[in-house]
Amino acid sequence: MLVALTQLLACQLVGEIIARAFDLAIPGPVIGMGLLLAILLYRKQVPQTLDDTANGILAHLSLLFVPAGVGVVAHLAILGNEWQAILGSLIGSTVVTVLVTGWVLQRMHRRQRDAA
Amino acid sequence: MQPDFQEVWVYLSASPLTALTVTLIAYLTGDWLYQRSGRQPILNPVLIAVVLITFGLTVTGIDYWTYFEGAQFVHFLLGPATVALAIPVAKLLKSMRGGFTALFTALACGSVTAAVSAVVIADLLDASTQTVMSLAPKSVTTPIAMGISERIGGLPSLTAVCVIMTGVIGAILGPYVLNAARITSWDARGFAMGVAAHGIGTARAIQINKDAGAFASLAVGLNGLATAALIPLFWAIWQWWSGS
Repeated sequence: MLVALTQLLACQLVGEIIARAFDLAIPGPVIGMGLLLAILLYRKQVPQTLDDTANGILAHLSLLFVPAGVGVVAHLAILGNEWQAILGSLIGSTVVTVLVTGWVLQRMHRRQRDAA
Repeated sequence: MQPDFQEVWVYLSASPLTALTVTLIAYLTGDWLYQRSGRQPILNPVLIAVVLITFGLTVTGIDYWTYFEGAQFVHFLLGPATVALAIPVAKLLKSMRGGFTALFTALACGSVTAAVSAVVIADLLDASTQTVMSLAPKSVTTPIAMGISERIGGLPSLTAVCVIMTGVIGAILGPYVLNAARITSWDARGFAMGVAAHGIGTARAIQINKDAGAFASLAVGLNGLATAALIPLFWAIWQWWSGS
């Protein structure tokens, strides 16, 4: 658990260093994720402890969004003035994105299966 | 001796201990209500927690940044959690035999749709330029979205709020939309939830089906990378276009 947590943090740290050193638009944690992914794909197996720790963190993933979400109080003025535009954009765009992504993937998978 | 409530209150309102405890209690309350209701999507635990804490802060008059200073320990874990997404993704990629073209096509379509539709709808509804820019990266996970927003002239903290709202909206509406469109395969359902509604959509997908969860995690990671590359590029082209 402690080793796994250290591995995750180390990947993030290396990611942050790369992002800052080369002034990249991609955030550090994402580079860290890419790094860990490359290491895991290179190795034959995902270590059990790392798997367990990741499952533990990801099982409560939505909790981690709460502090940023409460930021809504800091933006009540903007949200009050533009709530129709913001809500319209968020709902419309999310629904369309779910539809387009799901539809394209399912259709392409079906076509591949039919071709095979 | 009369206890000094004033002093206790001063300590509590500024201590990380309070912010952390309150955040966890609010989330556990949300999760409890969600489980008790038989996992009704509308009773999303994040939504309930945010509403409860927002209400608490408004009533007590504690400002957001004081709260955030304590709650940032929870917020910080988003970083290692993002890194941890590599594990389900690696397991999924190892077990996949082909089908990558389909995934990347769906990713490209979804990623562009998410950003373009958000910008176009907000612009049509007369949002300010700053708000439009804050909305553009709304479908990717919070740390990535805030980085992009800052780069293109949005308000990163407003983006964070929009990202969470997107996640909650996706987690609530996503399954209905997928049912209505007869998108039945778990991989397509999970992937769509991950692209459109990042970690919150993924959290819901993980609860529904293991395969859907793995594809959703894959989508969050890939869409983060794709959007971080695409939006600044689109923005540069648009700047050049409107400048000349």
